[in-house]
Amino acid sequence: MEEISILIGGKAGDGIRQAGHVIAQLLNRIGYRIFFYDDYPSLIRGGHNFSIIRASEKRVLAHKDTIDIIVALNQDTVEKHKHRLNTGGIILYDSKKADAQGLGIDFLNVVKEFNGIPIMRNTAAIGALARMLNLEWSVLESVIKRFLEKNVDLNLKIARNAYDQVETPLKSLPKLNQKSLPLVTGNEAISLGAVKAGLNMYIAYPMTPASAILHYLAAHEKELGVVTVHPESEIGVALMALGAAYTGTKTMVGTSGGGFALMTEALSLAGQGELPIVFVECQRPGPSTGVPTYTMQGDLNFVIHAGHGEFSRVVLAPGDADEAFYTAGLAMNLAWKFQIPTFVLSDKHLSESIFSFEADLEKVKPENSLLWDGEGEYRRYLDSQNGISPLAFPGNPEAIVKVTSYEHDENGITTEEPEQIARMQRKRLRKRKTLENELKKFDTVNVYGNPESKTALLCWGSTKGACIEVAEVLGLKVIQPLVMEPLPVESLKKALSGTKKIIDVEVNATGQLAKLIAGHGFCVDDMILRFDSRPFTVDGLLDNVKEVLS
Amino acid sequence: MTTPKKLGTYAQNTWCPGCGNFGILASVKKALTDLENDGLDLNKVAIVSGIGCHAKIVDYLNVNSFYSIHGRVPPPMTGIKLANPDLTVIGYAGDGDAYGEGIEHLIFSAKRNIDMTFIVHNNRVYGLTTGQFTPTSPPGFKGRSTPKGSPEDPLNPVELMISAGATFVARGYTKNMKHLQSLIKTAINHKGFSFIDVLQPCFTFFNTYDYYNERVYEFTEQDHDASDRNQAFVKAREWTYGEGERIPIGIFYQVQKPTYEERLLAGRVPVRLTPGDIRPVLEKHI
Repeated sequence: MEEISILIGGKAGDGIRQAGHVIAQLLNRIGYRIFFYDDYPSLIRGGHNFSIIRASEKRVLAHKDTIDIIVALNQDTVEKHKHRLNTGGIILYDSKKADAQGLGIDFLNVVKEFNGIPIMRNTAAIGALARMLNLEWSVLESVIKRFLEKNVDLNLKIARNAYDQVETPLKSLPKLNQKSLPLVTGNEAISLGAVKAGLNMYIAYPMTPASAILHYLAAHEKELGVVTVHPESEIGVALMALGAAYTGTKTMVGTSGGGFALMTEALSLAGQGELPIVFVECQRPGPSTGVPTYTMQGDLNFVIHAGHGEFSRVVLAPGDADEAFYTAGLAMNLAWKFQIPTFVLSDKHLSESIFSFEADLEKVKPENSLLWDGEGEYRRYLDSQNGISPLAFPGNPEAIVKVTSYEHDENGITTEEPEQIARMQRKRLRKRKTLENELKKFDTVNVYGNPESKTALLCWGSTKGACIEVAEVLGLKVIQPLVMEPLPVESLKKALSGTKKIIDVEVNATGQLAKLIAGHGFCVDDMILRFDSRPFTVDGLLDNVKEVLS
Repeated sequence: MTTPKKLGTYAQNTWCPGCGNFGILASVKKALTDLENDGLDLNKVAIVSGIGCHAKIVDYLNVNSFYSIHGRVPPPMTGIKLANPDLTVIGYAGDGDAYGEGIEHLIFSAKRNIDMTFIVHNNRVYGLTTGQFTPTSPPGFKGRSTPKGSPEDPLNPVELMISAGATFVARGYTKNMKHLQSLIKTAINHKGFSFIDVLQPCFTFFNTYDYYNERVYEFTEQDHDASDRNQAFVKAREWTYGEGERIPIGIFYQVQKPTYEERLLAGRVPVRLTPGDIRPVLEKHI
């Protein structure tokens, strides 16, 4: 099977991520499936940034520690990563900035020759890399034209010059007979899934690693028919969203754990007021500021339990871009169908990594909410059999719509009467039963690998990719719940049937999924936990699992 | 035809006898009735309140309402107005709500000049939590959390709102009901962020009726040019919620500026937007 992993590294400000994108698109163009991992510290200039582009004949959802080609724009990249090189691996480096065993080219000189700016060193690097891989110039030319729109001519000249400096290809990467796919980040997939389900408004305060949703939707407002708003704080964000939802506007908010902490009073208000809202929580390592630009699955407990009082919610944890698309759409539809808060729980590794996107777009459609039929007097909190009261919105000439944070009667007028209080609490909680039945229509627990295996890797979210590949190598089963709340206990039981040993794999320090399922009587036998704020790699996890099995 | 009476609900009123909130409720009912006669569609009115005595007003008014949480009146108002700019949005907040817990939202509403009306029931004491000092209590105020007297000077919200960018800034007094009705009507008709600080005595925990009756005076456009920002500041400083012998009530500042929703939405109405086709956007990713 054809496969290659390329690492490109330099300082922040060297345009590493953009160069990585171009390389990814180059390999996409010749039929490869892509996984792109981006690693950068929380600073604007300096430091060490690198991206890993893994291209494979088959779908891949994780990267490896080992690398075939290192593209080094500075010495730091060589020193930090040369130990990762596979046998036969090559370092392509900027000969003015670094020294290494491999192929050195004076990228800055190429740039200077055409009066380019220093950041164009990476265009030179891409040119040399393309030739190293024996790619036709025409492929590179068309990718540069499409993805380096600014200064196309200059970039083409620089790339061509560097391309010609490599005399003979060092590796031959065959063109595959597969069509190119859109390369999409988890955050972009979440955005598109929500739009497909009818998103009207996205409200967010910038916070890594969720900010890219705001940027993406703001940049495509017109085409996607969405209004984006950037208010004063996450408190403002969540409460504005509830105001918008009250008018019948499909609204989503996005943040990371710290921002979500500020939103919890609004979450509880959504529970009491039965206001539909979608929260996207892109986790990063905590507690508190933690490690802002890296990854963790540390907020599962928090998101499931956040908010005072008792009310229903849905928490969905996608593991790749396709699932991010589906779950964002599902979160929107469930929020409006059940008039509850719903969550897409992502993390930096899913949100900012890039995937070859293959989702079936038709699987996500806006679904109808239960609307008031106009008969009789409108009651916002009508005590119905399944707990769902018909919706009307302000501006309706026949209805007065009263929503409230207080306990209330069917009309939304405050009550402190014990029978009324218990009745409304029962009404709201009745929705949970209806919701659990609704969720049976969907694949709530995914099973991969060898279904006959007595040993299963249990994982959730972005850890899925590494687990699947390890399971394929070792002949194991993988079990990934996609719905974390309400936990699909029956589906989980089915998925686990015949399993003798469960190895829980999570990117957190305490095994939050393991604890969650323990509450339902499922016990894991071993835990592989990574909490250094880096995601599992395929080869790294393989070693961990072998150790546990030995 | 609506009458002030029809604007009421079956909810039992639980304000203390003598509460200044009655004056605000009656003024609002009268103002809304008058505005309906002038053509305002009351079905397109949405009111929002925070938490505290003031907030019960949403239960007592038979119009669309959003009973929010403490300090968070402006954000749902903003969400409602941005999502459906056809709606007339009126917010009610206490002084703890507006100037304590949620002051950031108030300042941003003024800064943005979003077209909505914000009425503060300013009794200068926490009533429902039984008598603590608020951001506008006078210096030395002896409340249950400050038995030796408040160690803070009060905020002057009128001055604050003028500097933050509100385009309509007024003060009223619950005893001067006709004046208050007129302020509320003008505020609702004003296009932009309208702010009214209403002096509302708390009969139980901080009875200020005598204090206000002696000092409050109405000023009009004859005495004051409300379009002059400097004059507005001078007028606002006549009484600082602590110092000052006379308390002016009236419109301190009123100017026209583009509104937030005009600038942000440019004619779009989110509640009626149809999501676009994602395919052409996905094409850009290949």
